[in-house]
Amino acid sequence: MLTIQNLTKAFGANKAVDNVSLHFDRPMMIGVIGASGAGKSTLLRMLNRLETETSGTITFEGREISALKGGDKRRWQADCAMIFQQFNLVPRMDVVSNVLHGTLNRRSTIATMFNLYPQADIHRAIDILDRLGIAAHAAKRAEALSGGQQQRVAIARAVMQNPKIVLADEPIASLDPMNAQIVMDDLRRIHDEDGRMVIANLHTLDTARRYCDRVIGMRAGRVVFDGTPAQLTTGVARDIYGADASFSEAATSTSIDTLDRPTQAKRAERA
Amino acid sequence: MADIPLTQVRADYMAMTHRKRLYSGILLAVFVALMASGFVLADDRNAGGFWSGLHRIFDFPAEVLSEAAQKLPDLPAHIVKYAPSLIETINIAGASTLIGALFAMVLSMLATKGMARWPRLIPLFRRAMDITRAMPEIVVALVLIFVLGGGPVPAMIAIAFHTTGALGKLFSEVNENASLKPIEGLHSVGASWLQRMMLGVVPQVAPNYLSYALLRFEINIRASAILGFVGAGGIGYDLKNAMSWGKGQYDEAAAIFLLLFGTIVIVDQLSSVLRDRLTYGTRLEATL
Repeated sequence: MLTIQNLTKAFGANKAVDNVSLHFDRPMMIGVIGASGAGKSTLLRMLNRLETETSGTITFEGREISALKGGDKRRWQADCAMIFQQFNLVPRMDVVSNVLHGTLNRRSTIATMFNLYPQADIHRAIDILDRLGIAAHAAKRAEALSGGQQQRVAIARAVMQNPKIVLADEPIASLDPMNAQIVMDDLRRIHDEDGRMVIANLHTLDTARRYCDRVIGMRAGRVVFDGTPAQLTTGVARDIYGADASFSEAATSTSIDTLDRPTQAKRAERA
Repeated sequence: MADIPLTQVRADYMAMTHRKRLYSGILLAVFVALMASGFVLADDRNAGGFWSGLHRIFDFPAEVLSEAAQKLPDLPAHIVKYAPSLIETINIAGASTLIGALFAMVLSMLATKGMARWPRLIPLFRRAMDITRAMPEIVVALVLIFVLGGGPVPAMIAIAFHTTGALGKLFSEVNENASLKPIEGLHSVGASWLQRMMLGVVPQVAPNYLSYALLRFEINIRASAILGFVGAGGIGYDLKNAMSWGKGQYDEAAAIFLLLFGTIVIVDQLSSVLRDRLTYGTRLEATL
């Protein structure tokens, strides 16, 4: 379905993504983990074609994505939704308009410039918002919403695109644990109910373990781990992050479940 | 939150959309009507008439260009001849931009909420900037030329006066976007107002200041060329002579236009390189 072959992206002498090859044969929920600067974002941005690769190819359903240009490239971008860490909504426009931006590739430039959308699209946008539980905020400006709500608007925009792939670039990194869980549940639902492929860059290992079917670990631009969540042990995580034995994911975990874990660890140390 | 039924949300949003569309439609219609009626009215009052005069717009440039083309070999000599007065013009612009920017910097900080030394006097400094901005260079220059006599100094003072207000307004908008947190940080270590401004604000706003100042420099080159028409010296004086003597001097006018155009292009290129370097420099520091 999606094949990445020898993908490399260099910024000057520095290789952000270094000779990455991956293959996905069916829609899955995929988590990409790794330290900051490991190349996770660059990988996702190349899949969406926000960034152009230095060498290598991306193929989706037999079509070479990395070779697309102009209108074809924009059509691919409509098929491949992107969710950002900082939501990247238009703050001064209302929530529904932001969701309707998901249809921009299908509509004429003139009509959308005057914010004219078909009624069916507007109804669909509100339905999607309702599915994500934020229909009540439909008429508000995006900037008036909390971070978690804004991220759900961004997810609604992605769903509005009716994409084959949803890319999420650290979707929960600027959210509190409660909202992070809601957003991750929503992403999982998009995969489970709609059968779309979801690729998410994640900072927290427990999130990757809990929500993903397959986890890819990156370090310094290279794929150093590719397996099931069960295979992602603390030892493997230390390798991915280049950490020594003092590394404990519970120390900075944002999962509410881990709240009682640090005290247990301390108790164990004392014993 | 989920109390409101979905049909209600739909209906409310559609009503809002229809209302917005109606307003924009009315606004567009009024705009088109005003433009059309205004044009007809203005064209009626016009002595020559818009349509009858339209084809003549390019007559003067065509005359200048054709004469310059005939005397093309003379052009380099003219350019060399007028280079000193161009330098005088650039000097007037440079000095006035520097002095104006310095005053603008101080005034803008005194007039920005959260930074002002005397918060109660903010309106006073704002009005001071308004006054300097409201006076066209040419008015100040005419008065100063009358008092001080012709020459580059009154022109420089006149342009600096206007620049203070114009840049002060732009600078204070830049200041408003600057973060007040570093200033609070410096306040907490006991820094004086001037220290807070120079060390807390200037590093944040310097790239934007510079880019506005360079734009103003470009505008001031044109302003100082215009002031030459009223006796402030520089290339404007030569341009006035070349143009008012009419036919036979148009090659000189063309050479002066070329010089001015080249100067603006060079300043524009230079400023974009400088601004690039400033932003690139900060990016480099951030990654290190």
